[in-house]
Amino acid sequence: MTRRSGRRGSNPLLVVLLLALVLVGGRARGDPIVADLTSHLIAIGSGFTGASVVLFGAIEGPGDVIAVVRGPARDMTIWRKGKVAGIWVNAESATFASVPSFYAVAASRPIDEILPRDTAALYRIGTGNLKVEAKPPTTPETARRFADALIKEQQQLGLFGANPLKISFLGDRLFRTTITVPANVPTGTYLVEVFLVRNRDVVGGQTTPLVVSKVGLDAAVSDFATRQAAAYGAIAVVTALVAGWLASLPFRGV
Amino acid sequence: MDIYLPIAEISLDVFLLLGLGGAIGFLSGVFGVGGGFLLTPMLIFIGVPPAVAVASSANQLVGASLSGVIAHWRRGNVDFKMGFTLLLGGLAGSALGVWLFTLLKRVGQIELTISLCYVLLLGVLGALMAVESLRAIARQRRPGAIRRKLHQHNWMHGLPLKTRFRRSKLYISALLPTGLGFAVGVLSAILGIGGGFVLVPAMIYTLGMPTAMVPGTSLLQIIFVAANVTFLQAYTNRTVDAVLTLLLRIGGVIGAQIGTRFGTRLRGEQLRFLLALLVLAVAAKLAQDLTLRPHDLYTIAPEPG
Repeated sequence: MTRRSGRRGSNPLLVVLLLALVLVGGRARGDPIVADLTSHLIAIGSGFTGASVVLFGAIEGPGDVIAVVRGPARDMTIWRKGKVAGIWVNAESATFASVPSFYAVAASRPIDEILPRDTAALYRIGTGNLKVEAKPPTTPETARRFADALIKEQQQLGLFGANPLKISFLGDRLFRTTITVPANVPTGTYLVEVFLVRNRDVVGGQTTPLVVSKVGLDAAVSDFATRQAAAYGAIAVVTALVAGWLASLPFRGV
Repeated sequence: MDIYLPIAEISLDVFLLLGLGGAIGFLSGVFGVGGGFLLTPMLIFIGVPPAVAVASSANQLVGASLSGVIAHWRRGNVDFKMGFTLLLGGLAGSALGVWLFTLLKRVGQIELTISLCYVLLLGVLGALMAVESLRAIARQRRPGAIRRKLHQHNWMHGLPLKTRFRRSKLYISALLPTGLGFAVGVLSAILGIGGGFVLVPAMIYTLGMPTAMVPGTSLLQIIFVAANVTFLQAYTNRTVDAVLTLLLRIGGVIGAQIGTRFGTRLRGEQLRFLLALLVLAVAAKLAQDLTLRPHDLYTIAPEPG
């Protein structure tokens, strides 16, 4: 697998795909927006340093496009350190249910220019509208504070996009954007939602899956470590011993 | 050149990892400490999740320690009888330690406990060793100084089960090394390290072993303790990263060989003083991290709950 298998941005193939979309997809009635990814798989191999895929599509009539990429949801605990007897210790914590492990937004224009605040909230567009919910016994005030911190932490890790990415139009109907994921991207099935916005309202949408998966040796190692934990542990010890013994050989008699 | 680590789930530079493994291996060869107390914090510092760092460095220590033992054994500097007596207590101690670890993890304070244990242990040991080794160096420089006895006799020599450890030129109770092994076993399970940095000074100062015998003998015990930790971590937490370990190991085993040869050229007192400085530096850094206001007050727990 190549390092950046998904990066085919300047590929002439894309132009052909876009044209095909216009000719075929664009004609289908009741589909005001069609979109697809250049690849539905981000493969994590040994040389993985992050990857990008191109999201492209066409819209029927005028309008703007917003895309939301969401990683698999999971529970997350966030700790806040406090000073106790002169040292900093984990003092407070809050656990949030179903936080997307990755979140990015792309738009053809700034979101607040094209969509009212409550509509953006309804479709959960933007990190401010993620609506992460704290599990009890967290008070609402604490939950808000911790939710803000959670989003900031995820942004620092590169897992939540701080600012919307740019969706560019080629002519009036064709659009494209590049979705980039960092090396620490969580694995699983992602959902890419594409919305068509017209007259400050969402008038159409489409959802496309994107799979982030380990492949090759890395997948084999992590699979084996999970399924055959005892054997993996034993092999880890034995190979370490063999390596240690082998390394001492060249120095014999020195 | 970056490489993706399948269990840690991040990409790191290959040469950074090789170099880190080599540096730690060198230290372990010189001093006879496994180096886990340096490797684990360094791995966390470069971005490896703490649980993976602890488990993978334990795995890397297995290889580095074996290669160290072999190198010391060729020079006749391993007391096998003493090593296995230590190990007897070590295995029992690590079982208790694993139980304590689980308990502390549930309360959410395992990281704090680890840091505090490090600061206390390293601070006290480092200070003691620095003072003692400086005195020894000063004594040797003075011409005509009277050589002290090999070791002082005290209450410990009244304990039962007296055993002769021929290589170490000792006739002491077997309970002493067993008890020492037990204490180190508990510590190593909680701190996720081999425990050499506790074991080495304890063997010199408490048991009164000849300094030359200490590195090889302590490494012998570390092999088994680290193997035990590796297996338990892989089995219960699935946190041993084979790719990370492989890279650390390649650097580590080579570094250990070079370190062992370098170590035999240094005198015992100088060796002890250098180790004391190293231990104190790590303690100071950890103490500073605990007392300074953290750069970021919030942390996301790798695992929920």
